[in-house]
Amino acid sequence: MRSVILASAARVLFPLLLLFSVFLLFRGHNEPGGGFVGGLVAATAYSLLALTGGVESARRLLPARPEILIGTGLLAALGSGLVSLAEGRPFMTGLWGETPLPVIGKPGTPVLFDTGVYVTVVGVVLLILLTLQEEDEP
Amino acid sequence: MTFVLALTIGVLYATGTYLLLRRGAVRVVFGLALLGYAANLLIFTAGRLVREGPPIVPAGAFAPPVPSADPLPQALILTAIVIGFGVQAFALVLLKRTCQEAGTDDVDGMREEGS
Amino acid sequence: MNLLLVLPLLVPLATAIATILLSRAPRAARAASFAGAAGLLAASGFLLSATIDGTILVTQSGSWPAPFGISLVADRFAAAMVVVAAVILAAVVAFSAAGIDAARERFGYHPLLHVLSMGVCGAFLTGDLFNLYVWFEVMLMSSFVLVSLGGERAQLTGALKYVVLNLVSSALFLAGAGLLYGSVGTLNMADAAVALRALPAQGLPSVVATLFLVAFGIKAAAFPLFFWLPASYHTPPMPVAALFAGLLTKVGVYALVRVLTLVFNRDPGFTSPLVLWIAGLTMVTGVLGAMAQTDVRKVLSFHIVSQIGYMLMGLGVGTRLALAGTVFYVLHHIVVKANLFLVAGVTRRVGGSFSLDRLGGLLGRSPLLAAAFLVPALSLAGIPPLSGFWAKYLLVRSGLEAGHGAIVAVALAVSLLTLFSMTKIWAEAFWKPAPAHDPGASTPPLSVAERASLLGPVLALCAITVAIGLGAGVLFRFADGAATQLLDPDLYIRAVLGTRGGGS
Repeated sequence: MRSVILASAARVLFPLLLLFSVFLLFRGHNEPGGGFVGGLVAATAYSLLALTGGVESARRLLPARPEILIGTGLLAALGSGLVSLAEGRPFMTGLWGETPLPVIGKPGTPVLFDTGVYVTVVGVVLLILLTLQEEDEP
Repeated sequence: MTFVLALTIGVLYATGTYLLLRRGAVRVVFGLALLGYAANLLIFTAGRLVREGPPIVPAGAFAPPVPSADPLPQALILTAIVIGFGVQAFALVLLKRTCQEAGTDDVDGMREEGS
Repeated sequence: MNLLLVLPLLVPLATAIATILLSRAPRAARAASFAGAAGLLAASGFLLSATIDGTILVTQSGSWPAPFGISLVADRFAAAMVVVAAVILAAVVAFSAAGIDAARERFGYHPLLHVLSMGVCGAFLTGDLFNLYVWFEVMLMSSFVLVSLGGERAQLTGALKYVVLNLVSSALFLAGAGLLYGSVGTLNMADAAVALRALPAQGLPSVVATLFLVAFGIKAAAFPLFFWLPASYHTPPMPVAALFAGLLTKVGVYALVRVLTLVFNRDPGFTSPLVLWIAGLTMVTGVLGAMAQTDVRKVLSFHIVSQIGYMLMGLGVGTRLALAGTVFYVLHHIVVKANLFLVAGVTRRVGGSFSLDRLGGLLGRSPLLAAAFLVPALSLAGIPPLSGFWAKYLLVRSGLEAGHGAIVAVALAVSLLTLFSMTKIWAEAFWKPAPAHDPGASTPPLSVAERASLLGPVLALCAITVAIGLGAGVLFRFADGAATQLLDPDLYIRAVLGTRGGGS
């Protein structure tokens, strides 16, 4: 399925989709969006690359193997829950900082949790899609 | 509105059950998906349908306006959809591998030989 | 306080993460896996010691008060279940050092084991029905992958049946949760129990209770929807099968006990006979299925089904003694059943086959293995003084006291048939001389490391079975305490909701 149009569109769309996914991730505190949707969009960006340029080209641009992404994402989510335990409050209690940061907004453990979800979703979806596609590639 | 949804749920359950009983494994997986949708829609309907009352607490107040929609069923459904998405993706992959190994998608043809 | 409740979830999660990140370093991953299992054992021990005096521990995760947030609750029954789950996980991880191939370890075997344990512990500890659904799915997802990992044809076809039936069960569970929410507006079990008191006992609550009964019945492999179990449990490697056989169906039983004693306890005239019928038919069909099999793994799989019937029998009879019997039975059975599957794994390693027709002469080749088979096998059949005898004794006595003669007769007949089927394995695999074409003749003798990894956990579980048998009084007093808590749902409700649930 080599299509010139799709291939050249993918090159432009890939950074846009990634940027949009990060936007969705941080928008998720107070408005529709969040780690899950953001992660799906980011995974779409990579799978678009894999469709047009082959699995190898998508893997080259990934920061780590999908398994490692899953592990890291889960670690971030787990860490966000542990912060409140360290403060002596029940597990997963949301804690917020006071001063807003640029782009991210007010920092807090839910942001960390959402980022963990984002990374995990990217890892899981790509693990499934890339493995499936690799089987079909000659 | 509730009646229409109830009817839809019934049709989804009926179709899902029918597909589950077919011999083609692909249909079985579709049947599972339909059962999941029916359950989600059931939660949605059982959580009461309210129009034009977003469950958002206005500035300065401490409770959402009455009547307002119950956000919890939607949170439950969202969770169930995400889980269903994962599970169905797995079921499809499993189905693909099984059909490759067994050479058929007919569940009757998938008996283990001997063993 | 609340750390105790969260640790049985956090330790497996942290271990799963560590083993994923170490997936390219199998040795380190194995060490992390073992450390995690030991950690879970310790965490569950702390939890049990904090609840053994009858305290019901509660924590509201995220600081959202019940019924708005998700409560985690541990009473005696829940804490004890977490402890046996940890014991089985530790045994399975130890067994896996020599009992699992490198390819499976590379494809996420260890992370999946721990995610599965997290799901199991979560299902035991949650106080919220929707959260229970989520833990069930966590458990199912990892078990789906574990059962199909390796991709042999028998595994895949078995996995497909397993997946389909369990997803049907999940859909029914979800529908039940939806209807319950529609009628009482809450899914917190304690809160729903209080709210249901305002409704008539018959009608919609009974419909919802039946939905849960069917959904959990499928997961527990109770009659009539049990056939996914014997179709799939014999296909994965034995450590995986042992973990499944020990824990997964028992989570279904636990959920049934929890829901029927806490939430839907007001119409026993409807639920009790239903549960008793299911119990009796489950016992009979399971044991008859087992007698027709000649593959060790399939015999054992059918016996899981049959044994589930006994646990449901206690729930159906419903007196304090009967529930104590169920608690006792579940705890003893998990250890025994997981052990039998591990023994089957060693048998395959030493004897070269799972088929009773091809096995033989193992008594001479490995007397230790023969002894290790005999302990759980006789316990399963209910021979004194092993743990199974006391479990059955409690159930039979409670059945007689409550005037349920028929189910007692069935239970006794089924345990005779169980004994027959265990002696069949004994006679065929261990007692009879090795057949002419002995598949075991070509297997290399066990190395020292293999002995430690394969026989160590088996003997440890045997020791637990014997200890339960000899010290039955201690476990009985504990089970009795757990049953007292189960029969007095107000204790649970007050612990979760505080003073609000106190009235009524």
